[in-house]
Amino acid sequence: MPANIYDDNLFRRDFPFFESENGGYVYFNSAATALKPRCVIDAVCAYYSSYSANVDRGVDSLGYKATEMYNAAREKTAAFIGASDSGTVIFTRGATSALNMVASSFGNMVVESGDEIVTSMAEHHSNFLPWQQLAAARGARLVFAPTDSLGRVTPQALGSVMTERTRIVALNHISNVYGAKNDIRALAAAAHEYGAYFVCDGAQGITHESAMVEENNVDFYAFSGHKIMGPTGIGVLYGKRELLEKMPPAEFGGEMVYTVDYENAAGTQFKDLPERHEAGTMPIAQVIGMGAAIDYLMSFGYDVIRRRVDFLRDYMISRLEAECPNIEIYNKGQRDSGIVTFNVRGVHSHDAASVFDNDGIIIRAGHHCSQTSHALLCVPTSLRASLYIYNTKSEIDRFIETAKKAEGFLDVLFS
Amino acid sequence: MFYSAEDYKEIIYDNYSNPRNKCLSKDKDYCTCEMKNPSCGDELIVQLKKHGDTIEDCRHNGRGCSICCASASIMSELVKGKSETEAKHLYDEFMSMVSGGDYDEELLDEAAAFKGVAQLPARIKCATLCWKGMHRLLDEPCGDEGESNGK
Repeated sequence: MPANIYDDNLFRRDFPFFESENGGYVYFNSAATALKPRCVIDAVCAYYSSYSANVDRGVDSLGYKATEMYNAAREKTAAFIGASDSGTVIFTRGATSALNMVASSFGNMVVESGDEIVTSMAEHHSNFLPWQQLAAARGARLVFAPTDSLGRVTPQALGSVMTERTRIVALNHISNVYGAKNDIRALAAAAHEYGAYFVCDGAQGITHESAMVEENNVDFYAFSGHKIMGPTGIGVLYGKRELLEKMPPAEFGGEMVYTVDYENAAGTQFKDLPERHEAGTMPIAQVIGMGAAIDYLMSFGYDVIRRRVDFLRDYMISRLEAECPNIEIYNKGQRDSGIVTFNVRGVHSHDAASVFDNDGIIIRAGHHCSQTSHALLCVPTSLRASLYIYNTKSEIDRFIETAKKAEGFLDVLFS
Repeated sequence: MFYSAEDYKEIIYDNYSNPRNKCLSKDKDYCTCEMKNPSCGDELIVQLKKHGDTIEDCRHNGRGCSICCASASIMSELVKGKSETEAKHLYDEFMSMVSGGDYDEELLDEAAAFKGVAQLPARIKCATLCWKGMHRLLDEPCGDEGESNGK
């Protein structure tokens, strides 16, 4: 039976949060981190309570079980992002760590003095600062691709800043402030035309779009498990095999080496992919938990996510537009995610956020780790409501009632 | 003096809309301190002019939410003319108030308008940014004093 995406209870029961002591909160901050379904929590607990052994070490039965579950999660992740070779899936601490790994290890190898790195003003700090640092360290130039009114980079706009010196193009799949989607297949092609590598920050993209790394022909793709309802502390760096093989390990230690030559560094041989990029004990429970999150997400699929989130977001926007002249929305045209970025006219975002918080509505206030996006918007800070599948129409109704009275921001100090 | 909740609300709103002492001085007798709340983007510069043990003037400038800006305005009025010891005492009272502890409402005067911040823990950093800046400057040599100490 096809899922009824208008049913507010379609996903609600899967999330223990709503039965917890905080279940009365309206949680509109899923772009920061998504809530976790029971199956994910159970998978993490099962590892810790019944087979909490280290992976890839020794020959014991428990270790074997943990290793099997760990490897199965990698296979699932590869299939989930459209990678035919699970060796190209490197587990990391999160998207930030993955992007830093590409910049400091791969970037440091291919970028030379006088080269150019292209990014955009609509990036999260985690896809901006590593490149800024790399450019400064290598004497390269950081170039900004022009963005449209929804923070997107079109292939034409990217083409306008590409040169023979461009080595790396680093752009988001979906912006965490604008919530609009870049056409990463076309952008990767535009980068490749100039012989540059295309690095995609998929932290927000992965929540609404299939990464399809091979079809999109991206060179690297980074995302975090916790945004797709998995545990925190786990993320993925996908890279093309030949690039990951060339990339020097960022960290050295246990389980990433075959033979250690104690007399000669050049004689030390590292393992093949993916282990050579995963030194030390990895976050095993989190890997297994992310595997459970992927199973959960794939049990209904991206199409259902998009339709459900479209329905909720359109309802929120239409009510805000009809009933809240005091609200200025900055990304009205986007139809790619659950992100609604706005301000209460004449009210600082933190003053407004306290009004929402006082009414039990959790939204993000500030610059959302993208000061550059706010420079584009010409506002110092903003509010961000981000919706996901488990949110409901009645939660949006509560949000609208609060939005209407957000001017009374000092009332919260005296309630 | 003591105020009603309505008075306090009006005091905050008035100091937010018409901030007092919101203008930095280029006079070398002032010492300056830059404060930031990186998580929210609040930025505040606090200046003190000291004469001996007395705070002759306090100025500020920056951008932030109503609580951050109004708190700076109210504090600048409050500490003017106070001794360093008195200013430190005010700081301690204010910090205690916003953390839910005991405080002298009469002594804090208009600054007691922020007592409700104790119920909004996420906003404590907004109300206290200016106070932390002022407190830091109390321990620093200022103007001539600073120069002579430096020589």
